[in-house]
Amino acid sequence: MEYKITYTKTQLTTLLALRLLIGWHLLYEGISKLLNPTWTSAGFLKESQWIMSGVAGWIVSNKGVLSMADFLNTWGLIAIGLGLILGFFTRTAAISGTLLLFIYYFNNAPIIGIEYSIPAEGSNLVVSKTLIEAVALFVLAVFPAGSIYGLDALMTRFKSKKK
Amino acid sequence: MTTEKDKSQQPEEKNVQSRRTVLKALAGIPVLGLFTYELMGKRSFDRQNETRLIKELGLENLQAHRKISSDAKGNLLRVGIIGFGTRATQLANGLGFMHPADMENNRKSGRLNNWLAQENLNVAITGICDVFDLHAEKGLATARNEIQAGGAKPSGLPVKRYRTYKEMLADDSIDAVIVATPDHHHARITTDAIKAGKHVYCEKSISHTEEELNEVYQAVKNSDRVFQLGHQITQNVVFQQAKEIINKDILGKITLIETTVNRNNAEGAWIRHLDSQGKPKPGDLSTIDWDQWLGNSPKVPFSVDRFYNWTKFFAYDTGMLGQLFTHEYDAVNQLLRIGIPKSAIASGGIYYWKDNREIPDLLHAVFEYPDRDLTLMFSATLSSSRQRGRVFMGHDASMELGESVIITADYDSTKYKQKIESGIIDTNSPMLTVSPGSGNIDAVSSATEKYFASRGLTSTVINGKEVDVTHLHIKEWINCIRNGGTPSDNIEKAFEEGITVLMAHKSYLEKRRVEWDPIQRKIV
Repeated sequence: MEYKITYTKTQLTTLLALRLLIGWHLLYEGISKLLNPTWTSAGFLKESQWIMSGVAGWIVSNKGVLSMADFLNTWGLIAIGLGLILGFFTRTAAISGTLLLFIYYFNNAPIIGIEYSIPAEGSNLVVSKTLIEAVALFVLAVFPAGSIYGLDALMTRFKSKKK
Repeated sequence: MTTEKDKSQQPEEKNVQSRRTVLKALAGIPVLGLFTYELMGKRSFDRQNETRLIKELGLENLQAHRKISSDAKGNLLRVGIIGFGTRATQLANGLGFMHPADMENNRKSGRLNNWLAQENLNVAITGICDVFDLHAEKGLATARNEIQAGGAKPSGLPVKRYRTYKEMLADDSIDAVIVATPDHHHARITTDAIKAGKHVYCEKSISHTEEELNEVYQAVKNSDRVFQLGHQITQNVVFQQAKEIINKDILGKITLIETTVNRNNAEGAWIRHLDSQGKPKPGDLSTIDWDQWLGNSPKVPFSVDRFYNWTKFFAYDTGMLGQLFTHEYDAVNQLLRIGIPKSAIASGGIYYWKDNREIPDLLHAVFEYPDRDLTLMFSATLSSSRQRGRVFMGHDASMELGESVIITADYDSTKYKQKIESGIIDTNSPMLTVSPGSGNIDAVSSATEKYFASRGLTSTVINGKEVDVTHLHIKEWINCIRNGGTPSDNIEKAFEEGITVLMAHKSYLEKRRVEWDPIQRKIV
């Protein structure tokens, strides 16, 4: 027997709201980097002190890799933000976003005993807002967050019509 | 069973349904529209805010980056280096030459490409003079390295080691010399070199006696050779911007300038005779020409301590004044052209590094400029690394000048009174910050690097080219040799600096206030 899980309108609307808000946030993070010609991830990566510090150090010390990382970060954020807002390749966007946010988190995790010179917003102990946003995005990835209120819905329709 | 009517209604319902699906699918579009609207709003708000203050202060062109011109044309310049220690290694790098071992280290740390991209100055190092065999050999290997910055091709000219600097000066195949010896040789070698017709780039400080300072001044004044004193710090782009800020009178009347140096380690206190394993560095009478090293200073038996830690002794330099204050003074003199003070008073002592040193490890010096209603202060310690900065204090704003320029409006400012009251200017945070787009000084020690990184100052490395300021300073000298003109640290500024340092030095030694007699041109 096949179960078809249906969602109430409230559930779907809430998912949509979460998707739009995170999308908005990531899109602006990307665009603000794009608009600031002096922006670089070097300052952030230099702060890395936990399990990612080796990779971060390698990126910063290598000019080519650093500019590549800057480029990927900026455009990655923009693409993920647009995907989430429009509901376009929603699952891909949500999963990529989760990964990206986890990278941010592990480079700047509020672990006991590690202090960063860039001040954190708010008070954090192990859990930071970045971590929460990463998990929230993953929630979007495992729920049908784009299949009704998103361009993905049109895609599915188009595909099934073709069949 | 369906009726005709039903049949006709079904597709319409389907249409409505599909229209609904499409509309639902496009839910993100209005959000994107709103986002764009907000983004535009934010952009124009930022632009207005940014330009408003800058425009009102008349600093629209401040952000214009210094152009790095490329004019290495002209004949190959043949350079000799006298004294090949640590500083000479950096100067050789600035000229475009690097020791193969340093190249390997830089490759590992990822800095090599940056250096390789440095402009080709069209020079050849053709002579090395050092009293220590090991240093001389390092110099020869550096000069002979076929891989050079800026893709320069090896000149093919031989590199010769000279046993004495006089031998080098007598050689017509050398056009110009760089003097990077311990300080007690600077003035004498520079004077002799100028008289021998060489152009001279001399490291600070210029002289530790008044007689030698006068000699070198006369020699350079009576010659057409180009002289540059090694204060590469002024080549930093932020200095040009600080100059414009001063010229635009952003600070109001400046009456006090406080310059400081804090250090707190053995290296910074000039204890440098041990290697990283704690063993004495190489060098003995079989590899060092000790008599030549002593020069005109009193004859004393050879010691590794004196050879590496010469800064500790008054016979060879003036301690923190010659080594540290010179940079501070130069920064201020380049910006404000303060010249020689009317009076100086200095005090201090040996408080922490109680070894055999003669130089104080804590020193304060106050220089008075009554004609300009200005006091310049220098305060330095070798037993605290708390950073105090270099601050120009004006009635309307203060400027902290370091790796970046930070202007903070004064709470009681007359000029900005209205703007402070209306909230346009906040006196609790900087009114203006200028960070270097390029030309930030390469931080050598890791502690220093961390300090700069903690202030977000190393992030400018990426935007544009990172350029070595020493390279720019040497380049300025070389351009003046080829095309005429006077470098920024010419003999006038070197003389003013030399006298100012010697005034404070005399004051410290004689424990009294000293004055400059502008008519006799003498410290009294």
